[in-house]
Amino acid sequence: MSVVDRWPEGRVGPGVSLHDCRPARRRVWRNRRNTVLIVLATLFVLITVGMILVYIVLKGIQTMNWEFLTSSQPFSLRRSGGGFLNGLIGTAIMVGVAAVVSVPLGILGAVYLVEYGKGNWLAKLIRFFADVMTGVPSIFVGLFVYTAMVVNFGFSALMGAVALAIIMMPIVLRSTEEMLKLVPSELKDASYGLGAAKWQTVTKVIIPSAAPGITTGVMLAIARAAGETAPLLLTALGSIQLTAKLWGEPIQALSLAIFDGARNPFAAGQARAWAGALELIIIILVLTVLARVITSRSRLSR
Amino acid sequence: MNESPVFSVRDLNMHYSSNLALKDISMDIRPKRITAIIGPSGCGKSTLIRCFNRMNELIPAARVSGQVLYHGEDIYAPGVDPVVVRRHIGMVFQRPNPFPKSIYDNVAFGAKINGYKEDMDELVERSLRRAALWDEVKSKLKKSALDLSGGQQQRLCIARAIAVEPDVILMDEPASALDPIATVRIEDLMQELKQDYSIIIVTHNMQQAARVSDETAFLYTEVDEATSARWGILVEFGETGQIFTKPHDKRTEDYVSGRFG
Repeated sequence: MSVVDRWPEGRVGPGVSLHDCRPARRRVWRNRRNTVLIVLATLFVLITVGMILVYIVLKGIQTMNWEFLTSSQPFSLRRSGGGFLNGLIGTAIMVGVAAVVSVPLGILGAVYLVEYGKGNWLAKLIRFFADVMTGVPSIFVGLFVYTAMVVNFGFSALMGAVALAIIMMPIVLRSTEEMLKLVPSELKDASYGLGAAKWQTVTKVIIPSAAPGITTGVMLAIARAAGETAPLLLTALGSIQLTAKLWGEPIQALSLAIFDGARNPFAAGQARAWAGALELIIIILVLTVLARVITSRSRLSR
Repeated sequence: MNESPVFSVRDLNMHYSSNLALKDISMDIRPKRITAIIGPSGCGKSTLIRCFNRMNELIPAARVSGQVLYHGEDIYAPGVDPVVVRRHIGMVFQRPNPFPKSIYDNVAFGAKINGYKEDMDELVERSLRRAALWDEVKSKLKKSALDLSGGQQQRLCIARAIAVEPDVILMDEPASALDPIATVRIEDLMQELKQDYSIIIVTHNMQQAARVSDETAFLYTEVDEATSARWGILVEFGETGQIFTKPHDKRTEDYVSGRFG
């Protein structure tokens, strides 16, 4: 049996040219089928996301105007006009405070995991619980903060921020960890070789080199927190008052305002909810794009 | 020779976990010379050079026994801080590894972390001139070091090492990632630098060792037939001319004459 006979496409050899070696029919067919399947799957995802976006834009744009952006909710859901300024401010305060707490903790934790703990039992434990916490439904975080703190201190922006910080921290931790792992060991060697101590290597070489990637992780965590509703129901509660107080009274969030508007039977309230959804999506979109732009400048990803 | 050695290595053994990597290495490195370490792949050349500034400790499970005396002081003695050791003994690595910072910041890095108090601009210029890079980069000091060519990056790494004003420069195959022209520049630079520094270079390129070094150490892999464990030993150490033309050991002769490796 010659080489040519043993393979479906044949083989080039004496008397056989490349033109005689036709790709097997089955392989060509399989290739086409799989290409079609992949394209269909992609289209399905794109169309779903696209429909959601288009629908929210179409619905939201009707109520979106300067008044919506700059005024608070009216006292009755039935009344038209007004906006979600109170929710926007509440979200900004709570996400801001949560970020101030969770970002440094998450980054320092990641530095510990990558540079100090490595594979020891504590690092493994932290990594495991961070993964569990990322997967825990956010309502549980709300319930936890409710029973542990809100019962004693009452609803407030600070309580909401605590819940959001708990949600954000593992996201920051794990994404930062991945970015720190990407820092080439050559850079660390260079730093140690110049007589840098470990903390100098961490603060002057490792974190700056990973900074763009860390920023992306932080942005994603912020986007996630800004969209959270369930934990805020049990911690910030929601309010139609415009307030910027961290402590002592319930506060509104964009997501809570959307939730309020969407579940009520009145057209005016529902319209505001659509506009609020649009506002929130734009904010998250801007944050995500910003994160992407920063990462694309990353020297590590080059 | 009656000048006192920079390094006196005494019965150095090096383990990774329970695996012996280097066995009973003893050698004296003379000051203001270029000492080449040659040998076949996997014989422990890089492991040995990393023993001179305690870089091996960055690998967990690496263990060193024996003595490495630096001007008579054992750098592995208890109470000696490896960070202090590395401030005296600089290192240049196989692949150019500038920080993703500006050219200026790369050179200033070591001085900054060591609390250098004099004129930083002057130090950066002096170091870059010393590394024969100043004329090429003086107009773009604030540009990213990563935009330089491989050869320029490696000279930048040498400038960065010089900037902390070390006594010894360790070079671990500094030209193996570079093209021939860049390699020649690095070799010329080494000849310049040996007026002020003691240089130890690992190279797998025998012609390079013959060209640049004053003394050569030949390392070879010893294999335990029973367990197939392998470790590096120092076969021969002497004047480069003698190693390459009149080696005492049969294995050295076979290696330098290209019979294996």
